[in-house]
Amino acid sequence: MSLLNVQNLAKRYGSVIALRSADLTVEPGEIHALLGANGAGKSTLVKILTGVIGPDSGTITLAGKPLAVGSPAGARLAGLASVFQDPALVPDLTVRENMKLTGTSMDGVESSLRGMDLSVDPDELVGDLPLAMLRMIDLSRALSHDPQLLLLDEITAALPSDLAERVLTVARELRDRGRSVLFVSHRLAEVTLLCDRATVLRDGGAVGTLKPSAGGEERIVELMMGESQDAIADEIAQAEETAHAEEGDAGRPADGDAGPPALKVSGLRLTEGSPDGVDFEVRSGEIVGVAALDAQGQEELFNLLAGLQRIRDGHVERLGKPIRPRDPYDAIKEGMVLVPSDRLLALLPDRPIRENIAAPLYSHIKRWGPFNARREAGKVDDAIARLQIDTRARRQARRLSGGNQQKLTIARWLAAGFDVLLCFDPTRGIDVGTKRQIYALLRELAGAGAAVLLFTSELTEIQLVCDRVVVLHDGRISDRLPGSEANEARLLRSAHGLVEAGAVP
Amino acid sequence: MSAAGHVAGAPAPSRAFKLRRAVSRQAWTLGVVAILVVLLIIEANVAPLFTSFDVQSLVISGMPLAFAAMAQSVVVLSRGIDLSVGSVMALTNVIAAQLMQDQKTLGSALLISALVLVIGVAIGTLNGLAVVFSRVPDIVVTLALSFVWAGVALIVLPTPGGGSPTSFQELSTASDLWEWIPNGLLILAGVYLVVWVPLRSRRIGLAMYAVGSDATAAGLSGVQVGRTRILAYTFGGLFAAFGGLALTSTTGIGSPLSGEFYTLTSVAAVVIGGVSLAGGKGGLLGPIIAAFILSAAVTVLVFAGVDANYGQVIQGALIVLMVMFGGLLLRRRG
Repeated sequence: MSLLNVQNLAKRYGSVIALRSADLTVEPGEIHALLGANGAGKSTLVKILTGVIGPDSGTITLAGKPLAVGSPAGARLAGLASVFQDPALVPDLTVRENMKLTGTSMDGVESSLRGMDLSVDPDELVGDLPLAMLRMIDLSRALSHDPQLLLLDEITAALPSDLAERVLTVARELRDRGRSVLFVSHRLAEVTLLCDRATVLRDGGAVGTLKPSAGGEERIVELMMGESQDAIADEIAQAEETAHAEEGDAGRPADGDAGPPALKVSGLRLTEGSPDGVDFEVRSGEIVGVAALDAQGQEELFNLLAGLQRIRDGHVERLGKPIRPRDPYDAIKEGMVLVPSDRLLALLPDRPIRENIAAPLYSHIKRWGPFNARREAGKVDDAIARLQIDTRARRQARRLSGGNQQKLTIARWLAAGFDVLLCFDPTRGIDVGTKRQIYALLRELAGAGAAVLLFTSELTEIQLVCDRVVVLHDGRISDRLPGSEANEARLLRSAHGLVEAGAVP
Repeated sequence: MSAAGHVAGAPAPSRAFKLRRAVSRQAWTLGVVAILVVLLIIEANVAPLFTSFDVQSLVISGMPLAFAAMAQSVVVLSRGIDLSVGSVMALTNVIAAQLMQDQKTLGSALLISALVLVIGVAIGTLNGLAVVFSRVPDIVVTLALSFVWAGVALIVLPTPGGGSPTSFQELSTASDLWEWIPNGLLILAGVYLVVWVPLRSRRIGLAMYAVGSDATAAGLSGVQVGRTRILAYTFGGLFAAFGGLALTSTTGIGSPLSGEFYTLTSVAAVVIGGVSLAGGKGGLLGPIIAAFILSAAVTVLVFAGVDANYGQVIQGALIVLMVMFGGLLLRRRG
């Protein structure tokens, strides 16, 4: 008998159908992957399983009993515990108080953490702990309830690789004890490594269940996309060609390109503890990648450049002119714009798509008076068309899928104009198809003369889009290399600080 | 990154570290205590004669506001706001004065007090239900309800009147234990210790903090968000009823318009007391002390011979300055 049996599950939000008719079975003692592009209904299915929302129709049985969960607590009692991408921990309470809140024994959590070689001070406030640690605490809490089915929702996203590895080990141990794991992830490499079976969702229904095998990523992607996809590199090359054709001259910069760089950073100290700063430059028409493990100073780097944090030590130059942005408005005036990983932070979630795109157009006081509505509307429409934003939920940015929200944050800068694009993990939690579009777009923008600084937590993808790469370790640059050499192995070594700085100029 | 989240084998936090952390978490409360002490020292110097009587009158004037601050705090902690605190105080004040006016014994007065507290709980719960189920912003709902409760107070007692037994009045005005410790202070401490302290460390109290801090995370942790918010208003009603009784006890009568002052002043006390209006941060002790700061400030200004109208201006400016400096100090450390 199957442990979890989901049949004909459907859910709609107004006119938008999130789940059409989803089926899913999880056997006892298996690790089962739940896959799907953004908007395929994956997160809706997860929310229903965990009791956050109720389905419109369909049945769910867990261990033979109908699962009628009205709340996450109810799901846990029924034997289904979950760990979400955003840890379900309250920031203003201590770790111990959080455990008390859910009726979990702190001892159980601590011993489970010890099993993963971690420890935490129970009296620390949750809000003072790093995200990675919170995920591990959340996982330990779920484990201490000894669930029959553990649901892991994008748990390894943005986790440093050593912690991600420990999570996978925990999942395997559960399987060995006859428990089951439902593993929701965008990281196909992990899925093929870990999972016994995988169910792929598309357009609100399951399109197939398969046994993932090493190297089977392409087959999974095909199922997700519904059609065979060109390799990402091809698409990117194409985008670049188009850009060249359109713009004529500006392409990848030749070595020894004349003129001052679009962005030059020297001696910029990222964290207070680090002994010295970072130096690098980004020229017009090139994409410089930033690779790093979790919390190595990359957040600070992007915040400093985007004006979200004040520069204390070091210099930033735009086209040879020193600048010191005090707030994002300053940075934007200099043509330096940020695309953050948390989309909702950058968007006006309750406002329509068009307003979101047009927002920067009105930032200058000169624009507060009458404006040329037709011209501005044209800019906005151009941006929507160019990024192929799905405008079905145009009234509220909040209701767009994650991928479309991310496109929206880029679209507003397309409409407003910029010179330096600071992209911080723009593809986090985004499906493969949209990811490709975003990378192709970045190449296209660079082709048209923009300077792009790109941090991504997906090391394998750096090689595909970046001209050059700097690797951060502990607030300093531990390696510089051309994009062509930035394979995962090399990046991982440098990200762990195993290569000395200055090897490559 | 913070000092926590170490890998096993890293040294456990030392006792000194834990002490420092405990102090820094209570920094705001310690700060308001310091401000109150400074105010009292100033008062002792500007007052013609500083005796236990001055402490007693401070407690008498500050006690109703302290309860109002407690009522506002529980609600604000769970990320709500209650603009009906003053009206509920006025209503419970007149009900108590109306029922007690012919009573002679303390026992019957206490029985009536119990009834008034039950009424306060019921009103608070109604407030909470209205906020949660109407889905109208709390500021609108409680403002509307404040008119309702103020109207009912006027129906119960159209003009100041009623009464209460002397023995009941002495619960707040006398000092039976020691002349420097007025009874009112003991009652306030008693309510704090009996109602709030146990609540704060139990799941209901944690749930209130959780809902105020991050309602989504709280919901995913299994907290029933709606029910918790209602409960916060229930406790708000309870504390407001204590405030109404304090008014009856300190003034001896009921006055239907006595509450107006307390609604917004309670918000000021909450803010000075270190409770974040965004919810989740702070406690009840800070606002209670802040209530006495606000009361003592008035006395000090009177003793210093400042015109009452200027006094208000100065008081308002002080509120902004205190919160601003507090915020700056905390930010510098964090």
